[in-house]
Amino acid sequence: MTAYTATVTVRLKRGVLDPEAETTKQALERLDFELEDLRSTDRFEIDLDAASADAAHERASEMAERLLANPTIHDYDVEVDER
Amino acid sequence: MTVSIVRFGGSNCDRDAERALEHLGIDAEIVWHEDGLPADTTGIVLPGGFSYGDYLRAGAMAARSPIMAEVREAAADGTPVLGVCNGAQIGCESGLTEGAFTTNESARFQCERVFLRVERADTPWTDAYDEGEVIEVPIAHGEGRYEIDDDRLAELEDENRVLFRYCDESGETGSDVNPNGSKHNVAGVLGDRDTVAVLMPHPERATLPDVGPTDGQGILRGFESVADGV
Repeated sequence: MTAYTATVTVRLKRGVLDPEAETTKQALERLDFELEDLRSTDRFEIDLDAASADAAHERASEMAERLLANPTIHDYDVEVDER
Repeated sequence: MTVSIVRFGGSNCDRDAERALEHLGIDAEIVWHEDGLPADTTGIVLPGGFSYGDYLRAGAMAARSPIMAEVREAAADGTPVLGVCNGAQIGCESGLTEGAFTTNESARFQCERVFLRVERADTPWTDAYDEGEVIEVPIAHGEGRYEIDDDRLAELEDENRVLFRYCDESGETGSDVNPNGSKHNVAGVLGDRDTVAVLMPHPERATLPDVGPTDGQGILRGFESVADGV
């Protein structure tokens, strides 16, 4: 078994309104920053032991499918690194 | 007939629902989610609140509680299930109903009375109303914006599974009477069966005459309607 950190990034699908990101963008503009757009994401760093990087990826993907992301509104991606 | 009101950690409209149902003469009891559904359950309320602090997403944690597998099974067998507010979020998160209730367009918690247009009067939940009737029921939520893929929403509309829409006093829908930015002003939807419904507004807060308007009574009477075979 090898120790991995799987990083799951969950973001709203394109076209889904993100009021929190919009509010954050407006707050940055009030601080006189110039920016075109801002998107917020949720990032989960999951430490796990697995037989291979593929196995770690598969397990983290299932976590995203079953809980971390809501497929109605979210896309997600998974990256795996040895820890 | 006993309606089980499923209490999760952080539910806070469970007692309101119990009081409202009892006022209508409908037997109800609060059930702790870890105890599972009682055998004599003839109806299920997923009550409002802030289960698990709305961690991750509103309703996400409660939707994965083992009792929800029992609720889905009961729903598939025809047991009436009503999800209100956080219960509606749990319903969508658990797959009882389609779509998702997410952050209000305003990014604010909206607590106000709203008007709802009854889109269908031939369901247990709306048997007391006429199609197109306007009822007044309160909302209290930060994550009530109904979100779903446009194509899927069109299919739901074709299948007549939108139960309530936000509207003005005369029944007109539009963005100016949409309190949370819900797609097509959707306030409540039906599941695979008409006996399963979720909505963000609170019928249990519009049932007791001492509290104000009682337009929500008809929705809760859905449990009677199913028992009576409507």
